[in-house]
Amino acid sequence: MTASKSERLMNLVIMLLVSRTYVTKDRIREVIEGYHGSEDEAFEKMFERDKAELRAIGIPLELGFVDKFFEDEQGYRIARDAFELPDLAFEPDEVAVLGLAARVWQHAGLASATSDALVKLRAAGYDVDREVLDVLQPRVQADEPAFDAMWAMTISRTPIRFGYRRPSDPAPTTRHVEPWGVVTSRERWYVVGFDRDRREPRMFRLSRVEGEVVADGRPGSFAVPEGTDVRALTANLTPVRPTSEATVLARRGSAVLLRRRALEVTGPVPGPDPGTEWDRLRVTMYSRDDLAGDVLSHLGDVVAVAPPELVALVVERLSALSGASS
Amino acid sequence: MSGASTRDQLTRLLALAPYLQTRGGVPLHEVAADFGVSRDQMLKDLRVLYMCGLPGFGPAELIDINVEALVDDPDGIVRIDNADFLARPLRLGSNEAFALIVALRALLDSSTVASREVVERTLAKLEAATEAGSTPLVDVRIPAQRVTEQAIRGPIEQALKADRQLQISYLVPSRDEATDRVVDPIALLERDGRGYLDAWCHLADDRRLFRLDRVASVTVLDTPRAVPKLRPRDLAEGLFASGPDDLIARLRLSQEMRWFAEYYPVLTSVETSDGGLEVTLAVADEGWLLRLAMRFGHGLTVLDPALLGDRLSAVAAEALRLQRATA
Repeated sequence: MTASKSERLMNLVIMLLVSRTYVTKDRIREVIEGYHGSEDEAFEKMFERDKAELRAIGIPLELGFVDKFFEDEQGYRIARDAFELPDLAFEPDEVAVLGLAARVWQHAGLASATSDALVKLRAAGYDVDREVLDVLQPRVQADEPAFDAMWAMTISRTPIRFGYRRPSDPAPTTRHVEPWGVVTSRERWYVVGFDRDRREPRMFRLSRVEGEVVADGRPGSFAVPEGTDVRALTANLTPVRPTSEATVLARRGSAVLLRRRALEVTGPVPGPDPGTEWDRLRVTMYSRDDLAGDVLSHLGDVVAVAPPELVALVVERLSALSGASS
Repeated sequence: MSGASTRDQLTRLLALAPYLQTRGGVPLHEVAADFGVSRDQMLKDLRVLYMCGLPGFGPAELIDINVEALVDDPDGIVRIDNADFLARPLRLGSNEAFALIVALRALLDSSTVASREVVERTLAKLEAATEAGSTPLVDVRIPAQRVTEQAIRGPIEQALKADRQLQISYLVPSRDEATDRVVDPIALLERDGRGYLDAWCHLADDRRLFRLDRVASVTVLDTPRAVPKLRPRDLAEGLFASGPDDLIARLRLSQEMRWFAEYYPVLTSVETSDGGLEVTLAVADEGWLLRLAMRFGHGLTVLDPALLGDRLSAVAAEALRLQRATA
C-alpha cells in the first residue's frame, strides 16, 4: 500500500503550517509523497478532495499570492494562530466541570461532538477526569428527527424550508425561515428565527416539523441581528398560558400535592361531610380539564367550589363514572 | 478507508501529537481510552503519525515514536519526540464548541448556588475563546419550577459528599400522604427534565427513586450511611422498574388519550377500531390505578382487573354525593 490518505493529509497540514509563505500547488505536489506519480487530472481531483477534507474538520486553509509584489502565482497556507487552540487557562475545578459537561448530551451526534472537544482539551494538557464530581447530572435529550438538521443549519447560518403542522392544521404548510437559534422552552425543542413569509421573528416546535429540513440558500447567507438574545426572544414568543383561579375544599390531612401548590389555605371550614374537618384551598387553574382530573383523583377527599364551570365538569364526570344519570 | 474514518483518524492524529508532548510518556491502553479507540486502532494511528513530519521527510524531519517497542509490549509507555511543530491541538470546531457550551448552560441551570460560580467561570472562558460566544444560538433552558428544587438539592449534595443519611418528607400521590423517611442517598439524577434522588430507603428497606418536586423537606442527619454506596442507576433504561408483585392492568384508551401510551411504559399496545388503543401496563399499586381511572375516566377504561370497575363506580358515587352536598 502507498502512503495512507491520513498520512498524506497530515503531511500536507504540517507543510502548510510550518511554511512562512504561501506554498504553490506545484510545490505541494513535488514534496508530499502521496501525490507523487499521479497524472495531472488525478492530482487535481485528489487535491480538491483533500482541501475539502481539511476544511471539514475545521482547518483554516488560506489562499494567497506567493509574491505580494507580483500578484501572479497563488498558494496555500495555514495560519498558526487560526489553527491552534488558544491557551484557555482552565483551573482544576473548571476542568472537572468540563468532564461533567461531557455527560449532559443524550443525543448521539452531540455526545460525540462533546467528546471530540474533550479530546482536544486533553491534548492541550488538561486532565478531564470523567469520575470527579458525580453529583449533578442534568441530561439533555433531543429526540425530534428535525433536531440534527436544525442544529447544523443554525450553526452554519443557512436559510431553511420545512413542512410544519400545528395540531389544528389539516395538512403541513411549507415555512421559510432564517434559523437564529435552537432552544428549549417548557421541556420542548424549538427553532426561533426570522419567518421569511410573515416577515417577523417566529418560533416553531421541532416535533411539529414534518419531513426533511432543506437548505433554502447558501451557508452564511444571513446574519443574526446584532444583540439578539435567543433566550429572551423565546420567552417573548412563547404563548402565555391563560390562567384563572379556582377554589376547592380538601379534607384535613389529604391532598398533599394540591396543598403544596395552593395560593392560600384556610380552615377549618364547613364541608360536605360534617364528620371530618375541611380546608378551603385557592389554586391556580391552568386548564379546567386538568383541575377536574385533580379533584377526581382524590377519591372524594376533594370537592370543587368555584368557578361553576369547574363544579359542573366534576359533577358530569363523576356521574358518568358512577353510572348515575346526571 | 472511508471518508468518515479518515476524517476521524486525522482528527485523532492532530490531537495525538500535542497530547503525548504535554504528558511525556503515557501507557498505550490509557492513550487508547482517552481517545475512545481500541489499543489496536491506537497502534495503527501511531504508525501513521510516525510517518509524518516536516518536508524532506528524513529521519531528522519525521516525528519519532517508539512504535516497534509497543508492538512487543502492549502495556508499554508511548513516547514521542521531534514533534514540536504540532505542539497544540486544533481549535474547537463550531459544532464542538456549541455542544460543550449548551451542555455547560444546562449544568449552570441545574447547579446549586455553591457550584454555580465554577460553572460560570468555565463557560466564560470557553465562550471567550470560541466564536460561539458572540451570539448564543443554541440554548437549553431548565424550567423555572426546578429552581424551587434548589433548596432541596443543596442538603442532598452535602449528604452525598459527607456520606451522611438524610431525613426526607416525601409526598406519595398514589396514597395521598406525606411520609417521613430516613434514606441513604446514592445519587442525584435527571431524566426528561426532572430531578430524582436515587436512595436506599430505610422505611421501605429497599432502593427507591424519589422525585425531587415531591420532596417537601429535607434534613442532613449526623448519622453516616448504613448501606454501602451503590452504583447510581442508569435512568436511560427508564424510570419504572417493574417488580415481581406487579399486577398487569389492561386499559382501553380513547383517541384523545393516545398520549398516555407514550407517557407511561406500556407493555403492549393494540389499535382499536375507534382510533384509540388497548394497552397493558405493570402496576405496583392498585390505589394508583384507581386514582388514574378516576382522573382520566372520560377516556380511559380499566378492563382488567375487572373488579376495579365496581370499586370505581362506588367511589365515584360517594364522591358525587359529597360534591352535590357542597354548598
